[in-house]
Amino acid sequence: MIALNGVSIAIPEQATTVIMGGSGSGKTTLLRLISGLDRPNSGCVWFDGSNLAEISRRQLFTLRMKMGMVFQYSALLNSLNVEENIAFPLHEHSKLTDSVIHTIVTMKLEQVGLRGFEQLMPSELSGGMAKRAAFARALAMDPKVVFFDEPTSGLDPISAGVITTLIQSLTELTRMTSVVVTHDVHAGLSIADHVILMWQGEVIAAGSPDSIRGSDDARIQQFIEGRADGPIPFSRSNTNYLDDLLNPRPTVAA
Amino acid sequence: MNGVLNLFGFMGRGLLRTTERIGDGTMLCSRAIGHLFTPPWLGRQLVIQLYAIGFGSLIIIAITGAFTGMVLALQGYYTLAKFGSESLLGSAVALSIIRELGPVLGALMMTGRAGSSITAEIGIMRVTEQLDALEMMAVNPVRQVILPRIIATLIALPLLIAIFDVVGLGAGYLVGVNLLGVNAGAYIGETIAKVTMHDLLTGWVKSAVFGLLIGCICTFLGYRAVPTTEGVAQATTRAVVTASVSILIADYIITSFFL
Amino acid sequence: MQHYRRTEIIVGAFMLTGILAIGLLALQLGKVGGLGEKGYEITATFGDAGGVRNGGDVMLAGVVIGRIKRVTLVKSLKAKLTLEINNGIQLTTDAIASIRTKGIIGERYVRVSQGADEQFLQPGDEFDDTESAINIEDLISKYIFSSGSN
Repeated sequence: MIALNGVSIAIPEQATTVIMGGSGSGKTTLLRLISGLDRPNSGCVWFDGSNLAEISRRQLFTLRMKMGMVFQYSALLNSLNVEENIAFPLHEHSKLTDSVIHTIVTMKLEQVGLRGFEQLMPSELSGGMAKRAAFARALAMDPKVVFFDEPTSGLDPISAGVITTLIQSLTELTRMTSVVVTHDVHAGLSIADHVILMWQGEVIAAGSPDSIRGSDDARIQQFIEGRADGPIPFSRSNTNYLDDLLNPRPTVAA
Repeated sequence: MNGVLNLFGFMGRGLLRTTERIGDGTMLCSRAIGHLFTPPWLGRQLVIQLYAIGFGSLIIIAITGAFTGMVLALQGYYTLAKFGSESLLGSAVALSIIRELGPVLGALMMTGRAGSSITAEIGIMRVTEQLDALEMMAVNPVRQVILPRIIATLIALPLLIAIFDVVGLGAGYLVGVNLLGVNAGAYIGETIAKVTMHDLLTGWVKSAVFGLLIGCICTFLGYRAVPTTEGVAQATTRAVVTASVSILIADYIITSFFL
Repeated sequence: MQHYRRTEIIVGAFMLTGILAIGLLALQLGKVGGLGEKGYEITATFGDAGGVRNGGDVMLAGVVIGRIKRVTLVKSLKAKLTLEINNGIQLTTDAIASIRTKGIIGERYVRVSQGADEQFLQPGDEFDDTESAINIEDLISKYIFSSGSN
């Protein structure tokens, strides 16, 4: 099965790139390829002068020091509390003393507004708080690039707003590169410097948010306005409705 | 004719898939154990896993050991009394526990108590993307998650089985001597006379092999679980079944080597 | 942090208990560490050892005084048993070793009967006098044979 085909994109540095598309459009697969979690069957993924599709695991791990990722379900390690989760990459990869690490953790928690919640376990956090803690963990190593997989899905409007604001402000503040995968059109367009729109494993549009809004491509307009029917049809069936009603076919081959 | 061909095809595919999985599992576990010899060492994770896997199974192992010793004394007395050889009860109970029942029952209880939770835990880490998160933090999940659990089962099981043996022998003594009235001196004397270092070694080799089997099978099936709710449930069931059957097969092989 | 220390202590206690259990088994049952060296060796040669095994009992007046340590074959002809006799037990030089059975179908053991000599066997000595195992089948066939001839 091919999830992506003929995709060629460039992600600008020190800006927020938003990859949008419906379910099954291949945007999560694209993110996993860019971050090196999966390798493409063919093609290249260039990051900082290295082809992620070909480098060794050791080299990939070196590059990962410059990457952070906020997962859809936060993916905090559930055996560690909030502070230990954020300190985890620092303990693993730096020789900093415990007190320095504690200071860094406090600073990162302050940035996401979670200072004072150090001792809570991930299971005790609400969805929005878990997302923020995951954000703080992704920032722990001061990465050049942070990836966000559906940062607002499953959150109430206020929490979602907090997260999108955080992405926008911290991208500007720390001069990092953000790559956001989302199906949330309004949040996506509001924080994006660069938008990539995907449909059925292909890129159908790439450009600034304004150029996307102003596009006259019917598929783009349907996606932005959230219409049920259009070039992307409402019905997923590929057989004739009347035929199916009149000639009931056995669903299991005899 | 077609049916027969289908059957062969089905069996062939099944065999191929099984072989592939065994190969995949062996590769994964040897990769994990390979990490044992390169720093950083796994101090804290190992302690946490020893707590969960070893200490967590202590009560159930002690209870199983006690009742195994007691029932062996009852059954052994019933059989030996028919030959008028009640004095052999001590050695019969001790040899059964040390050579066979301690390792096998201990390992099976451990599979149920700790093995299933290892698989479920790793499977859930897969579902909730925690394994991917480790990967993104440039931490190898094989080293961080799999290795400490394999080593913990490998260390914990022989210790637990030694405790099982001691508790079982004590419980057998209580039933044999205090309840059934076998002579205390004869019971202990027979036990000490008939159990040799060789018997103890057989038990220890079995314990270590079973510990390694449980650790490898349960971590592997959790790591490769299909990342859905049903996937984890299926992997957990499969882990308990696979580990239990492997233990019994390995038990036969080791016993035949050590007779 | 406090929590982790508690875990460490419990794991330490668990490891100690386990190692203690292993040690107990090895010392008491595996006869490791000098506990097995508490006797001296005497050999005895039999025409028929009757299938005695290593670890079998050596009894004197119905009391266990040692174990059978080794069973070997001498010149493909006779059985040589190495007996380990507990320290403090003295056997006269004319003591008799015989292979007996506990009960009718019970296990075989070595029975030692003291003689009247004033001198005692030293470690490494051999019994002068032995009695082979009594073979029940031989006895029965002898009985049938003799009763048939009458």
